[in-house]
Amino acid sequence: MSDTPFNRAAKATPPSVAAKIRGLSDRAIAWIFVLPTIFLLLAVNIFPLIWTINLSFTNFRANRPNREVEYIGLRNYERILTDSDIWLTMQATAHFLFWTIFFQVLIGFALAWLINRKFKGNDLWTTLIVLPMMLSPAVVGNFWTFLYQPQIGLFNYGISFLTGIDPSSFQMIGDVTLAPWSIVIVDTWMWTPFVMLICLAGLRSIPDYIYEAAEIDRASKWRQFWTITLPMELPFLMLAVLFSGIENFKMYDLVVQLTGGGPGSITELTSINLKREAFEKWRTGYASAYAIILFVTVFGLASIYVKALNKVKER
Amino acid sequence: MKTAKLLAATALVAASGVLAPQAQADELTLCWAAWDPANALVELSKEFEAQSGHTMKFEFVPWPNFADRMLNELNSGGKLCDLLIGDSQWIGGGAENGHYVKLNDFFDKEGISMDDFAPATVYAYSTWPKGTPNYYALPAMGDANGWFYRKDWFEKPEIQEAFKSEHGRDLAPPKTQMELLEIAQFFQEREIDGQKRYGAAIFTERGSEGITMGATSSMYPIGFKYEMTPGKYDMEGAVNSPEAVAGLEFYKELYKTATPPGYTDSYMEQSLDAFKSGQVAMAMNWFAFFPGLYADPDTGGDKIGFFVNPGQAKEASTLGGQGISVVAYSDKQEAALEYIKWFAQPSVQSKWWDLGGYSCHVSVLNDPSFADSAPFASDFLLAMDGVMDFWQEPAYAELLLAMQKRLHDYVVADQGTAQEALDKLIEDWTETFEDEGKL
Repeated sequence: MSDTPFNRAAKATPPSVAAKIRGLSDRAIAWIFVLPTIFLLLAVNIFPLIWTINLSFTNFRANRPNREVEYIGLRNYERILTDSDIWLTMQATAHFLFWTIFFQVLIGFALAWLINRKFKGNDLWTTLIVLPMMLSPAVVGNFWTFLYQPQIGLFNYGISFLTGIDPSSFQMIGDVTLAPWSIVIVDTWMWTPFVMLICLAGLRSIPDYIYEAAEIDRASKWRQFWTITLPMELPFLMLAVLFSGIENFKMYDLVVQLTGGGPGSITELTSINLKREAFEKWRTGYASAYAIILFVTVFGLASIYVKALNKVKER
Repeated sequence: MKTAKLLAATALVAASGVLAPQAQADELTLCWAAWDPANALVELSKEFEAQSGHTMKFEFVPWPNFADRMLNELNSGGKLCDLLIGDSQWIGGGAENGHYVKLNDFFDKEGISMDDFAPATVYAYSTWPKGTPNYYALPAMGDANGWFYRKDWFEKPEIQEAFKSEHGRDLAPPKTQMELLEIAQFFQEREIDGQKRYGAAIFTERGSEGITMGATSSMYPIGFKYEMTPGKYDMEGAVNSPEAVAGLEFYKELYKTATPPGYTDSYMEQSLDAFKSGQVAMAMNWFAFFPGLYADPDTGGDKIGFFVNPGQAKEASTLGGQGISVVAYSDKQEAALEYIKWFAQPSVQSKWWDLGGYSCHVSVLNDPSFADSAPFASDFLLAMDGVMDFWQEPAYAELLLAMQKRLHDYVVADQGTAQEALDKLIEDWTETFEDEGKL
């Protein structure tokens, strides 16, 4: 018997244990390995989900342990789906999601394409570009509130320098029309490097010989981009959209630090609204129904999207 | 034998003398907001530590997170706090959900009389249901929303002259809300000492309680009230009365025409910053900050003046302040009650005021020298005579967040009219009271 780690482990196993294992089928051994994970999954994910579904049909409030809990059927769901304020937060979330994904993919891909060119200082630029995503969202939110400050903020002075308008004449955070864009700008600034890294991985995975063959065929750079780069990059772009979408759908800390959901409720995303319902107003049953609606929405959309992603990969 | 017995008895007495304080000594944790008066309380509590042998630990949370943090602590039955100086609006929830220890028997046993504290503070900070003799806190820190202004700017001859020529009267601290608006607008974007200044710093914060506390300071004097009949939850005609609408419109005008740019989410800290940095001529804030403001080397002393929230149809100020309660989940309730007994003493209350805390004890407030003891003391007395508070119901957080949203939507975000904002507020509150089984 050769002296491999496997053989050493086999030798070290006590005969009684070895006999027991020898009596188990492969399937049984597989279950022994998988069971702890399944148990953990049930305890951490599935049970809370079932419990939340159960709570969503009640008037339970976590801050009133002494109050009798009543089953109220679909009333929480009905209230949420007919509440115009909830639909406004959905709109705010949709605006935030669409534009952050749009700008992050656009700018991220452009940056990846530029970084993929070989030039002097390439590594330094890559490091500088990914710096924002290394910061804590709370820190980013805080310092951007200073940048956006109408009287002393650098952002306003930058805009003033470029356009000539008075820096204190507009308020990024306090203005109803500008506030939704203020959070889009900051999130784009912070998370574009992440999209860039995914795109860069995609670009570097395209073999050089394909471009060389295209060069021999005298394909123009523009043609190479549309027929080689973009199709081969598409699965990576779609992955970036998926990650950005999931990440931004649950966006909380950055926006809370930046605008607190205001002015009014203009930037109150669903995650902020849900947190207020669940842990400030303590409407636990109502918030559970709200969370289930969001879960079904995200799960449904993500499933459709993943199917589309797989089809693109298969091509 | 006799000697042996004597020795044994002596040893026992000696041992009990040495051990007793150690056996009873506890480490008490007092929870409160992180602000100036909390520092004064730390100083004051040293005397309690010396007298009782207990040690005091403090957990101070910044105001914007205070309610969130402490209500979570109470709702989860946490043992972090033995004593809690909780906001006045928490008293309903504290009592009904069993978070606070009822203090009636303790007060009776120790001879602590609620008649020794200002009636408005007992009503607001201690009782639940409101006005009944069921006490869940001892009034600890009287407070109301007041105003301070740049006295040195008000006294400048060129400023006085300009104001008189514009308004036909002398520039002086305002007596009405309308005068307040006029003065704030007068200072808005006015150049003083070579710099552009603004009218007033007011509360517009969205996340916790800021804009509600600020706007009600205008709405109460102009005629806003919560119910037509106290205790009946009949809000129609009270919350959305023409006077309430006018009050809210007034606050929006004050915000739009007389505040510095960018103050869309400002509360206590931002108000203090705006004043101390010389941006504004006037600022609203809680009386609790006034001792610190007066002591400020740059903008305090002769440069600062104070005035009570101006009246309009009536004199009224938004109530702040807190009572001190014993947390029901504490394992050290006996020691916590000892602290309350010590704190209720007139001599301690007098020191509390001297250190910068606002005592609610009548022996302090009725002292003839009180009104002259600080430049804001007489205004504090005036304010406490006309304080009005938000709902103190167990569902207070839900009621407050609804008002925060409706007011911020209207005042800062320009959504809809004041009438619509207050009508929607009634809808929100009706839903809450229906859930609570009160309507």
